[in-house]
Amino acid sequence: MPVLTCRGLRKEFGGHMVLDGLDLTVDEHQVVALIGASGSGKSTLLRCVNLLEELDDGSIELDGEEISDPRVDPDLVRRRIGMVFQSYNLFPHLTVLENITLAPRRVHRRARAEADAQARELLDRVGLGAKADAYPDRLSGGQQQRVAIVRALANSPRLMLLDEVTSALDPELVGEVLTMIRDLKADGMTMVLATHEMGFAREVADQVCFLDGGRVVEAGPPAQVLGEPTQPRTRQFLSRIIEAGRL
Amino acid sequence: MSLLEHTPSAAQLRRTAYRRRQTVRSVLVAASSTAALGTLLVLAVTGAPGWDRVRESFLDPSIARDALPAVLAGLWLNVRLLVCCAAGALLLGLLIALLRTLRGPVFFPVRALAAGYTYTFRGLPLIIVLYVLTLGVPGLRLQGMPPVLVLGGLALVLTYGGYLAEVFRAGIESIHPSQLAAARSLGLTYRQTMRHVVLPQAVRRVAPPLLNDVVALQKDVGLVSLAGPIDAVRAAQIATAETFNYTPYILAGVLFVLLAIPLIAVTDWVTLRSARRQSGG
Repeated sequence: MPVLTCRGLRKEFGGHMVLDGLDLTVDEHQVVALIGASGSGKSTLLRCVNLLEELDDGSIELDGEEISDPRVDPDLVRRRIGMVFQSYNLFPHLTVLENITLAPRRVHRRARAEADAQARELLDRVGLGAKADAYPDRLSGGQQQRVAIVRALANSPRLMLLDEVTSALDPELVGEVLTMIRDLKADGMTMVLATHEMGFAREVADQVCFLDGGRVVEAGPPAQVLGEPTQPRTRQFLSRIIEAGRL
Repeated sequence: MSLLEHTPSAAQLRRTAYRRRQTVRSVLVAASSTAALGTLLVLAVTGAPGWDRVRESFLDPSIARDALPAVLAGLWLNVRLLVCCAAGALLLGLLIALLRTLRGPVFFPVRALAAGYTYTFRGLPLIIVLYVLTLGVPGLRLQGMPPVLVLGGLALVLTYGGYLAEVFRAGIESIHPSQLAAARSLGLTYRQTMRHVVLPQAVRRVAPPLLNDVVALQKDVGLVSLAGPIDAVRAAQIATAETFNYTPYILAGVLFVLLAIPLIAVTDWVTLRSARRQSGG
């Protein structure tokens, strides 16, 4: 059974159809990369899956349970999904450790000592142990984004949604975040990531989906979609990326 | 090469010397203009034809000494009222602001009531609220009516609660939606998001305007004397009526300023700190 199944998703913002009958299936341990121009619906799709946006039509299933049913408690669904944002969205009034332990302590009612120990262990593993008691504004963009990933992982999610997590970073800081995502894949985490890093999508993704006009226009193994695209719109998009020197 | 070992160029030395000369010059200009203005003011006031009479009726040390105990007793009432009313108004303001952020049709009456409250009490002059509560409400002759002082305090809390509610609301709305999205995506409920993510940031951000309203409240608590209780200004008025000398008013004014200085200093410090934090972040 797939971890995530999206069927016929539709979402409209102010007369503009951002998602227009989108279908997507993600299997366990699979990494799916969403590529496409700005406004093609990548971020909206991720926000819909995390129930941060209300659907206009279609259905979303997480582990076979329809989470787009209005009777489902969205707070319970979000605990099973980790989300990382383009602009990190760390809580500036909390230290790194408090950012990470907020959900374990308040949502999962873990004891403070236990939550702290788990967070410190996760931080040590990504080389940020020394920053546990620092406030986010003392960290570089790359460090902040890695903390944001750790924060999402502290909930032990079933599925991770990564929304252009390197787009706001200085070029020399992109690598450390990508390394962390590579490690997550090695641990078997199921992930959907919206990205502009074509090289990384090619390397890490099991499946690449090209989105255009709110639909998946082309999907398949990275070598095929990025190397020998069959759809004209995919080719057009990739040629612009190549022109910009990003592939 | 470190900055310490660096030998400044001739051009840099000239610039440094020039800036130093400019600094010395501006300090001298500021000092002499202040001294000139101060001298002029003193001469204008003390040289005025009525100065001796004004000094006698406004600045009489012996009358100030005699009025001091009564004015201080009144000031103690001001201080107690300020502490209670500030706490009450802050709590009420926060509660109203939170009620106004509630969504969902169930909460419509609550939202409407909270909005109506802030509209009414921000528009209504404090003196009218005071009269209604301290003179009108006891007129109902209900059982267990609280003393006039409590009713007067309530009028202050209701009026200032309206202002503070809007300050809190502005703070809550200034928190970027991405912070809410991040909190909700972690599985926090709406209430947990408000409690742990939105409010701590919002309150820090609006601490300076909140404290500013508390400084304003400090001056307004004395208005309860309209209903009978004797505060510092009312005590000064009584002393003035006994001696036909206005010195007690000046005394009360000086005491009010002295009382306000620590609070204003704290406000400035908090403002400075939050400005620094925002520019640093």
